[in-house]
Amino acid sequence: MAVNPDIAGREFPPAAPYLVGREKVREFARAVFSENPINHDPDSAIAAGYTDVVAPPTFPIVVQERTLAQLLAEPDAGIDFTRVVHGDQRFTYTRPIVAGDELTATLTVTSVKSLGGHSMVTSDSVIVDEAGKHVVTATSTLVVRGDE
Amino acid sequence: MSPAGREGSESALPAPYEGPNGTPHGDLTVGDIVAERDFHLTRDSLVRYAGASGDFNPIHYRDDVATSVGLPGVLAHGMLTMGIAAQPVIDWLGDPGRVVDYQVRFTRPVLVDATDGALVRVVAKVGAVDDDSARIDLTVTFEDETVLGKAQLRIRL
Repeated sequence: MAVNPDIAGREFPPAAPYLVGREKVREFARAVFSENPINHDPDSAIAAGYTDVVAPPTFPIVVQERTLAQLLAEPDAGIDFTRVVHGDQRFTYTRPIVAGDELTATLTVTSVKSLGGHSMVTSDSVIVDEAGKHVVTATSTLVVRGDE
Repeated sequence: MSPAGREGSESALPAPYEGPNGTPHGDLTVGDIVAERDFHLTRDSLVRYAGASGDFNPIHYRDDVATSVGLPGVLAHGMLTMGIAAQPVIDWLGDPGRVVDYQVRFTRPVLVDATDGALVRVVAKVGAVDDDSARIDLTVTFEDETVLGKAQLRIRL
């Protein structure tokens, strides 16, 4: 089944809010080999002007993932997740995520393109804090391989 | 606290990079190397990243599943490679709040051998500078081939 080009422009309902825990930030930081105290030690983060430990720059993927799950599950999108490869990833930040943030992500499909039998689905997941202020936008291009 | 349970496999944290003018973020010149680091990824690293990120795709920890879908073996998560690749730059910058944009293209997989793991090398160079920001270009290699394309951070100066 081919990807439905009509999903371009579609905005999904906001995903359930994600509460960023301090230990989750530390766990993610360890997983990406960060030893930077700003990711692990609240006192270091506070000294640097933050309210709590700061998440590494790719942590927003954890929040974005909830919206990508919505996209993959969309009945009429025609995206076979067993054929999906991650093509490109981008984060555009207003500020870093810190422990204590309650974040809500909303995905919009920005384009669906065909290239050599594959489909490229690009989406923006806009992530805002509890006050509704922008934190980061996560943009993914998923490559959906066509039938061989 | 010190990160508990590390494999002890990654190289030691490098000293903060001193810029050409003796300050970490002094006048940057296109082509300057601002940070570099080698990362030794093991299967343990992949399991740890799977748990931390919630990406439990078995191609990242099961050889049988990886080979059944035509892969040469277990691969690192692309997002793990993207995640580690930013770390040398963050350590150089000091403040992650100065990163305004980070993008990569996943061009080649990192195959993580069950015994030997995989060595991933990151070199960060100044790609462009303007009045208030700079573009840092990352060269990320595994077995002498680049695995990320157009890997760039834009930072506030």
